Amino acid sequence: MRITCPICGERDRREFYYKGDALALNRPGTDGGEKAWDDYLHMRDNPAGETRDLWFHEAGCSAWIVVTRNTVTHEILATELASKVKESAI
Amino acid sequence: MGFSGWRVIKEGLTGNRGWKPQWRDAAPKKDYDVLIIGGGGHGLATAYYLAKEHGITNVAVLEKGHLGSGNIGRNTTLVRSNYMMPGNSEFYSHSLKLWEGLSQELNYNVMHSPRGQIVLNHSDAQRDGAVRRGNAMINRGDEAELLTRDDVRRMVPYLNFDSARFPIYGGLLQRRAGTARHDAVAWGYARAADERGVDLVQNCEVTGIDMKNGKVTGVQTTRGVIRAPKIAVVVAGRSSQVAAMAGMRLPIESHVLQAFVTEGLKPCIDHVISFGMGHFYISQSDKGGLVFGGNLDFYASYASRGNLPMKEHVMEAAMTLMPMIGKAKVLRSWGGIMDMTPDGSPIIDRTLIDGLYLNCGWCYGGFKAVPASGYGFAHLLATDQHHATASKFRLDRFRSGRGLMDEEATGSQHNLH
Amino acid sequence: MRLETGGMIDRETLVTFTFDGKSYQGFAGDTLASALLANGVKLLGRSFKYHRPRGVFTTGSAEPNALVTIGEGAQTDPNIRATMQEIFPGMVARSQNNWPSLRYDVLAVNDLLSPFLGAGFYYKTFMWPQSFWSKIYEPVIRRAAGLGALSGQSNEDLYEKAFAFCDILIIGAGPTGLMAALTAGRAGADVILADEDSIMGGRLNGETLMVAGQTGADWAAECVAELTALPNVRLMSRTTVTGAYDQGTYGALERLPRGGQDTTEDLPVECFWRIVAKRTILAAGALERSIAFADNDRPGIMSAGAVRTYVNRWGVAPGQKVVVFGNNDDAHRTAHDLVAAGIEVAALVDSRPEAEANGDFPIYAGSMLCGSSGRHGLKSVQLQRADGTTHTIEADCLAVSGGWNPTVHLTCHMNGRPKWDPEIASFIPVAKTIPNLVAAGACNGVFSTHHCLREGHSAANAALSALKIKIKKTSTPKAEDQAYSISALWAVPGEGRAWVDLQNDVTVKDIKQSAAESYSSVEHMKRYTTQGMAPDQGKNSNVQALAVLADVTGRGIPETGVTTFRPPYVPVSIAAMGAGAQGMGFAPRRLITSHKASLERGAPMIEAGLWYRPSYFPIPGEVTWRQSCDREVGYVRNVVGVSDVSTLGKIDIQGPDAPAFLDFVYTNMFSTLKPGRVRYGLMLREDGVVMDDGTTACLAPHHYVMTTSTAAAGEVMRHLEFVRQCLCPQMDVHIMSVTENWAQFAIAGPKSRMLLNGVLDQRISNQSWPFMSCGDVSIQGVDGRLFRISFSGEHAYEIAVPARYGDSLFRSLVARAETMGGGVYGLEALDVLRLEKGFLTHAEIEGRTTATDLGMERMMSNRKDFIGKAAALRPGLSGADREQLVGLKSMGAIKQLTAGAHLFNPTDNPESATDQGHVTSVGFSPTYGHFLGLAFLKNGHNRHGEKVRMVDTVQGVETLCEVHDPVLFDPTGDLARG
Repeated sequence: MRITCPICGERDRREFYYKGDALALNRPGTDGGEKAWDDYLHMRDNPAGETRDLWFHEAGCSAWIVVTRNTVTHEILATELASKVKESAI
Repeated sequence: MGFSGWRVIKEGLTGNRGWKPQWRDAAPKKDYDVLIIGGGGHGLATAYYLAKEHGITNVAVLEKGHLGSGNIGRNTTLVRSNYMMPGNSEFYSHSLKLWEGLSQELNYNVMHSPRGQIVLNHSDAQRDGAVRRGNAMINRGDEAELLTRDDVRRMVPYLNFDSARFPIYGGLLQRRAGTARHDAVAWGYARAADERGVDLVQNCEVTGIDMKNGKVTGVQTTRGVIRAPKIAVVVAGRSSQVAAMAGMRLPIESHVLQAFVTEGLKPCIDHVISFGMGHFYISQSDKGGLVFGGNLDFYASYASRGNLPMKEHVMEAAMTLMPMIGKAKVLRSWGGIMDMTPDGSPIIDRTLIDGLYLNCGWCYGGFKAVPASGYGFAHLLATDQHHATASKFRLDRFRSGRGLMDEEATGSQHNLH
Repeated sequence: MRLETGGMIDRETLVTFTFDGKSYQGFAGDTLASALLANGVKLLGRSFKYHRPRGVFTTGSAEPNALVTIGEGAQTDPNIRATMQEIFPGMVARSQNNWPSLRYDVLAVNDLLSPFLGAGFYYKTFMWPQSFWSKIYEPVIRRAAGLGALSGQSNEDLYEKAFAFCDILIIGAGPTGLMAALTAGRAGADVILADEDSIMGGRLNGETLMVAGQTGADWAAECVAELTALPNVRLMSRTTVTGAYDQGTYGALERLPRGGQDTTEDLPVECFWRIVAKRTILAAGALERSIAFADNDRPGIMSAGAVRTYVNRWGVAPGQKVVVFGNNDDAHRTAHDLVAAGIEVAALVDSRPEAEANGDFPIYAGSMLCGSSGRHGLKSVQLQRADGTTHTIEADCLAVSGGWNPTVHLTCHMNGRPKWDPEIASFIPVAKTIPNLVAAGACNGVFSTHHCLREGHSAANAALSALKIKIKKTSTPKAEDQAYSISALWAVPGEGRAWVDLQNDVTVKDIKQSAAESYSSVEHMKRYTTQGMAPDQGKNSNVQALAVLADVTGRGIPETGVTTFRPPYVPVSIAAMGAGAQGMGFAPRRLITSHKASLERGAPMIEAGLWYRPSYFPIPGEVTWRQSCDREVGYVRNVVGVSDVSTLGKIDIQGPDAPAFLDFVYTNMFSTLKPGRVRYGLMLREDGVVMDDGTTACLAPHHYVMTTSTAAAGEVMRHLEFVRQCLCPQMDVHIMSVTENWAQFAIAGPKSRMLLNGVLDQRISNQSWPFMSCGDVSIQGVDGRLFRISFSGEHAYEIAVPARYGDSLFRSLVARAETMGGGVYGLEALDVLRLEKGFLTHAEIEGRTTATDLGMERMMSNRKDFIGKAAALRPGLSGADREQLVGLKSMGAIKQLTAGAHLFNPTDNPESATDQGHVTSVGFSPTYGHFLGLAFLKNGHNRHGEKVRMVDTVQGVETLCEVHDPVLFDPTGDLARG
């Protein structure tokens, strides 16, 4: 499995650390409320299909990357720097 | 007529023409008292115990493929009760007791083999952890022995004691832990449930859950509409998809776990061995293949197959731990879909939807749980009360933080359990 | 029997080897199978369940019968296919799964018991009495099971793993693959051509077909010569591509030959490759299948293609009187090649009534075989004509062909399934099941040499176009284009056991019984009968088995479906996939700069994650570690001690938003920390549980250095990057791990300042360098940093210098300390010192404990948001039913405390229901003269002064304890401040 780091190019999966759903970018504030925090920490769509998740190029440039991929076929559709994704959402 | 040595001989002498179907290939009726979505180990066990313990037989198991086509048919067959957290501890202890009479109970040889499991430790800190866990097991009424390095060496001389990167300090032994034949468990429960009148409906995929006024009324399937006041969802890695049919989101992330078997070899590994410094555990099946595995591939997946990095890590762990299996050859590798939860422990609970019950979140440890899961889930379905041994597997524990059972102590990231 | 001429063997080079203790000779280029057949050896093995005598069936890696053990002692290599093993001088080969000998095997009695040992018999019995299963039945079954045996010893054979990258990977070097490689190679693409065999050419090396006016083998050799000369083409022979993985990654196993002129000691025996290809052409050919009939498994019964390959490739006649039985035209080739080599063909039996053949042998069209004789070697076959009459034909070899199955496997490794092609009565690949892989040639269902060459050529051109590499015009050579006409025949009806899966001894009857017992889906049938689960993974039986199942259940073959194809295509040794990890190679070693000096002092260096740290430093006269530890604790409490603390994580944090960043990741305030000051910080995970603790020093405005624990350094770094990039990308802050850049040493004890003033280039005082201060210093001309912090509770410092000065500084500091009556201390002493102070390690911060559990709720600021704050407020994460940190000391006669013991109220029976907590850390304190413990106890904060019972059944220790505040030593912290 190979992932294209936006900075380093295509690298083997073994260079990366996987965190989980990219919804981790959308952290509720302290006053988000119990439900928002439960959703953020625990609840997942968990799609059988296209998903966006967060990978960390741990053995490379240390970039956090949002990867758009398919959980059924493992096809990777897009990779973007998480910081850019977050900045455009702020 | 049941199964026995005499039966095998009798049938053998008469041309083996007397063997009958072991279950009916049932067509679904229009309605049932209970529908069990998922014909894997847990679903079939639930059906059996509903019939056996509670006399509830107007039940259908709806399986989208053939019976036992999911994780029950592709795991590494370990059976043990070395869990520590309250909630898990009593549950797996109960499950192990059920395993011990299971072949006789089902009249189907599930080949339960309590060959003993040794969990190795490689540091003082790990050893302290083993002491804590061993005491928890003994306090539960199970057994555990702390092994010194020399003890381990006597039992398992082929491990690398002299030149390993992470030396073996000792181990924790549970003698009653071991293995069983995975397919036989599914088939045994299937046959026994069918015998008691449960309909096992294969090639029947649930495509929708019907509800009215916050209460379930039945399901839509590829073989028609079926009505029931109680619906039990027990579909492991597919839980999110089925729950979504009822408008529910779950605290589940589905991941791939790979496992491996080698070509058949004459007996060389008599125990279940677990490595403490890498992701690796191994046993030898009765057919001679070494059955082993490691950790998740760590990325969410429904593909039931994994990639080389974790494969290689597992093989590397094997080589550093027991180099004598270097010339054993991996014959087949496969993967399943693991329903990972934020604390790594399961869910057996009602939901906020009246009549909808959920059994999921077994992560990669569901095989050993099959008997107690079926037992506990059947109890919940029949009485609407949690069984004492399965009372803490609540769906809402993550939200409140009460009763979390984080065995790995890694926190709410799903794939870290 | 060896033929006088012919074969691609080196008749000049004799090779002597043994099989089952008897010595034989073959030629260089022989496999064990060809050499034994040349020597007239027909019996090579015993089948798994019934121990039926078996002989060579095929050539190549799918061989079901001739599995042998090669080598002795630690070199023992079981389950080797004799058809793949190239002979080398002195090779020792043994048959498997028999006792006392191959010829007279006691367990052949199983064959007589076969009516009782059918499919699934073990599920129906062995249940009574209950205890007998694991005591008697199972051990017997386990001893009978398995094929070869491991030696039980580890060996020193070298294995390697490697990566390779290419534009086009071509799998298989038969006519299709060679043509593809020529086309792509001539165009300048980076090509890897891999083939399982030692000589490239595929079936061309086994046939007498002509290509471009020469023999196929000669043409193949010419291709190889041209390809070898191309710098952009890499030829990998003896290399089986074992699996197709995501994004164009392939696993491949390369076997290097042993013995003989081509080998050196330095080469590995196997190399596992990870090949990354932009485009892949699967040219894996096809595998011949058999026809099931009664007793179709005797030694001497072989695949028709294999029979002629032994003749053409190895100059070996597998028999002297051969019957050919098939349902297709391809089988006739065997009859012709045998005649051409001067071998008698006793009969050509073709099930197709319309079959025609010209040849010097009797031809029986519309006929089948229905039996055979000859236990240790074929003696005769039973012919059944169309009219039902039968007669016996003497033969010592039977060449069977039920047709060819395209080798589709790799196309199905990523959840694909093949599709049924009735024209060839087999499965062919479905396109696009592996991204960027196309199948070509026989594995794509195309069997004539002409069409194989054409497909290889066009597949290469398509790949070149896709890669935007200019196509160089290449013509495909002339070759035969015979039609493949087949009439499906899976099993000959009749009495007797007709073998489908030779390896697991599964018959047509077993499959029928399986369906009758409800195991009628193809997956159920496979698992219930074990068909397809043996080392050949059904390569020799899958299609026939599912055809029989389809028949029995009244379904078509497509409807019956196939089981899942999974890697590896051929079995791969664990040593190859785990290459490099034996012994110390499993993980890197991280060494501190004082490693060498520590070893010189006899310190045992123990694993702390990937690091090695000194446990204690024994001096002459000390026999137990406790003696050393007690003495080292004394140094720190009474004089001065020096310890290497470099392994703790150090993270450099800079930028205008660094203060805000720190405020966000720590529970307590850091933006108020002034330059020159250090503060202890607590860090939570987002789920409210403590992740780590440490100190962060403010070196200058907007410049901080954070320390983490050794264990959590990686996790914290990853977490900080997550916060920085994913949560706060708008912050102007940068972080970098500097753990390895700085060697850092603790200097602790009443005389620590005195020691420092003896080595620093400047003088420090309590005023100039108060507790929790930090700054730049110079030591013997080297720029360093000094932090006045204490993990021991004493007056203490940590000094950091660039790592290259670490060894020198360590030696200098220790020498100085020793002149003052102190010295170096290790991990054991470190642990006792911090226990006396109630400081925490990851024994307490163990992944489930909260700040409140640890008594640190006051560190949770309510002035700001921080990671973990919201989740920490969940009701379940605090309260009196939580286990809270306490200190323990023994009040009973037993003075020892043990980590991992559980705690109970003194009057309760120790069991899960009454569990009150557990002990996390224990050490003997020479300062206090007794054991100290830290523990978690339900409602512990409110139970100081109470007694609890400590019970450690697993180690047989039990005692009464008093609960107290975790901090025993210097609770007000005066010493550290002095």
